[in-house]
Amino acid sequence: MDWNTFFFSIWPYISLTIFLVVTIYRSILRPFTISSQSSQLLENKRLYWGSISFHYGIVLVLVGHLIALVIPKSVVLWNAAPLRLYLLEITGLGLGLWAVAGLLILVFRRVAVRRVQVVTTPMDAVVLVVLLVSAISGVLVATLYRFGSYWFTGVFSPYLLSLATFSPRIDLVAPLPWLIKLHVINNFVLAAIFPFSRLVHIFTYPIGYLIRPWQIVLWNRKIKAQKIN
Amino acid sequence: MNVRAHMSMLFHLDKCIGCHTCSIACKNLWTDRKGAEYMWWNNVETRPGTGYPTRWEDQRHYRGGWELKGSKLRLRLHSRAGGLGKIFYNPALPTLDDYYEPFTFRYQDLFNAPAGDDQPTAIPISKITGDPLDIQTGPNWDDDLGGSGIYASNDPSLDGVPEEVRRQMNELERVVFNYLPRICNHCLNPACAAACPSGAIYKRAEDGVVLVNENKCRAWRMCVAACPYKKVYYNWSTGKSEKCILCFPRLETGQAPACAHSCVGRIRYMGVLLYDADRIPDAAMVPDEQLVEAHRKVILDPFDPEVIAGARANGIEDSWIEAAQNSPAYKFVKEWGIALPLHAEYRTMAMMYYIPPLSPVVSVIENELFKLDLADERHDFELFQRLDAARLPVKYLANLFSAGNEQIIREVMHKLLAVRLYMRHKTVRGSVNGDTLGYLAEAGLTTEKAEAIYKLTTLPNQKEQFVIPQYHRETAVEAWKDPLAHKGEVGFGFIQPPQRGE
Repeated sequence: MDWNTFFFSIWPYISLTIFLVVTIYRSILRPFTISSQSSQLLENKRLYWGSISFHYGIVLVLVGHLIALVIPKSVVLWNAAPLRLYLLEITGLGLGLWAVAGLLILVFRRVAVRRVQVVTTPMDAVVLVVLLVSAISGVLVATLYRFGSYWFTGVFSPYLLSLATFSPRIDLVAPLPWLIKLHVINNFVLAAIFPFSRLVHIFTYPIGYLIRPWQIVLWNRKIKAQKIN
Repeated sequence: MNVRAHMSMLFHLDKCIGCHTCSIACKNLWTDRKGAEYMWWNNVETRPGTGYPTRWEDQRHYRGGWELKGSKLRLRLHSRAGGLGKIFYNPALPTLDDYYEPFTFRYQDLFNAPAGDDQPTAIPISKITGDPLDIQTGPNWDDDLGGSGIYASNDPSLDGVPEEVRRQMNELERVVFNYLPRICNHCLNPACAAACPSGAIYKRAEDGVVLVNENKCRAWRMCVAACPYKKVYYNWSTGKSEKCILCFPRLETGQAPACAHSCVGRIRYMGVLLYDADRIPDAAMVPDEQLVEAHRKVILDPFDPEVIAGARANGIEDSWIEAAQNSPAYKFVKEWGIALPLHAEYRTMAMMYYIPPLSPVVSVIENELFKLDLADERHDFELFQRLDAARLPVKYLANLFSAGNEQIIREVMHKLLAVRLYMRHKTVRGSVNGDTLGYLAEAGLTTEKAEAIYKLTTLPNQKEQFVIPQYHRETAVEAWKDPLAHKGEVGFGFIQPPQRGE
């Protein structure tokens, strides 16, 4: 078994299994531990610049990856006109840089602010390093191997689909440059540490807030709850 | 009619001596933990003062509570979508410096210091970082008007008090303050619950206690900003919000909350109020000056057969209805109308009530210190007629307790003064003259009511002070599982510590 086999046809399954099993275990049996662990109470000026940049940058970049994965054909069609291709690439790169900048501010804050240091766990440090590798390698790939939005649809959309159908096509990713490989492997590392870190709060993004009633009133007796509320 | 029951606390401010025993009782029970050191679920503030956290009443800054926009009631903090957008950074959230950095002292230095010529000292250190700390402020830095030029003059409730009166309040001979103990108000229309994106904050229908479900809290921390009273705190260690739980484990076993139980001035009363949940939306949406009146209307008469029938239909036990009939809260709030909610203009419909304080010395109501040539009762009567000359400005009390409506404060003060006059004449002079009876009538009281107010104010025993009905928690278990199965499951096993998730 060579390294390519391990990293692209075995490691993803190990990583995703950990991701799924532990996340579900933690959500159901250890709900108290799930929290965004906000440290805004302790420091809020640097957090403003770091947190907003990082979150919006990384979320939008993720959405971009997802779109290319789900509707690769539409992305190819969109890129048919050079102007639109440039627009997409520049937007993507900008968002990536925004996320990297935010992340660097957050790392600096963790190191420099004494109060935030105190609430930083070893896992926080691991998460920050892995995220940094992920974001920086992503930005580098976007600049060095143009144009990502063009070849992603031909390489990663089918590769990830092959993973989903349990017949991983290593031939698609094996010939890629090491930087791109690093980006992929590192993201599976991120998936593997995800359930052990504060990152689990992503899944609890409270989208239900848009429709839930303003007030929640609980009766001890279920019968009452059905009758009155 | 949708009748629900509420455990309400009542604070008789004239009796508060500002000793902070309540705060300490609460801290020892609930917030003496890592991450909770800075929380004071119960605190006592000196008024005028900026309170805790500093200037918590300044809602332009902290954006707590509700506001009436046109015909709609809105959270001042955010709209639903706006709340989700601001989830990564919440601009209205107070930071630790708005509270204070909790500290202790390095006592070991007293024992471990090397021998020398100087007495060793225990230096202050931060309870967060453990580093030496130059203490800048604390939760009660302006106690008893300490540093009032810096603190008290910034009190948002002084807005609208004329400049001349404010100057007078600073004169040594006229200086005045009162204490304001505060716990969570367990509101009928809680802004914290409405602002929580996760829906982790709920109100118990049986007794009205507002609680944070720690398993659902995700540290979006909107509750901290949305609560206009700043009574939800964020635990920086566990990453969960916490708040006053009205000592529900004590209530469920028939004991008064620790703050009330430990109160040396016996200023606190506990009792059941029945309220109509259907009337809440309308009552929260009237103009400012009608808010207190609308709030009173939500509270129902526990002697009314219709109310009793409604309560029974909602499964409220007879022992609770009986407790509501004997409730000191009902008497003070509804029957006598002398207890008011704090800052009704926040529109959260606070369910803890305050009897406003009388001003201290009546003999300085005129521009001289004492007017010894006047008979004692003339002073009383003058204050009765000239509340505007009282040391605590009516406007100030109105800003605190009646959403700016001075008329309500005047009515309450007249009742309190009339009772005082009446009882003074009765007990000190042995007879009540016509003038006194006239003032009693003017305040809307009868001699029976005045005596009842006097008795419950000054001479209550603990059973009259705290009327706590049986909670019947054994029936609550039935809602979730077979009680016998439950019985077999509790008592032994592993408990997961509330550890920080990484």
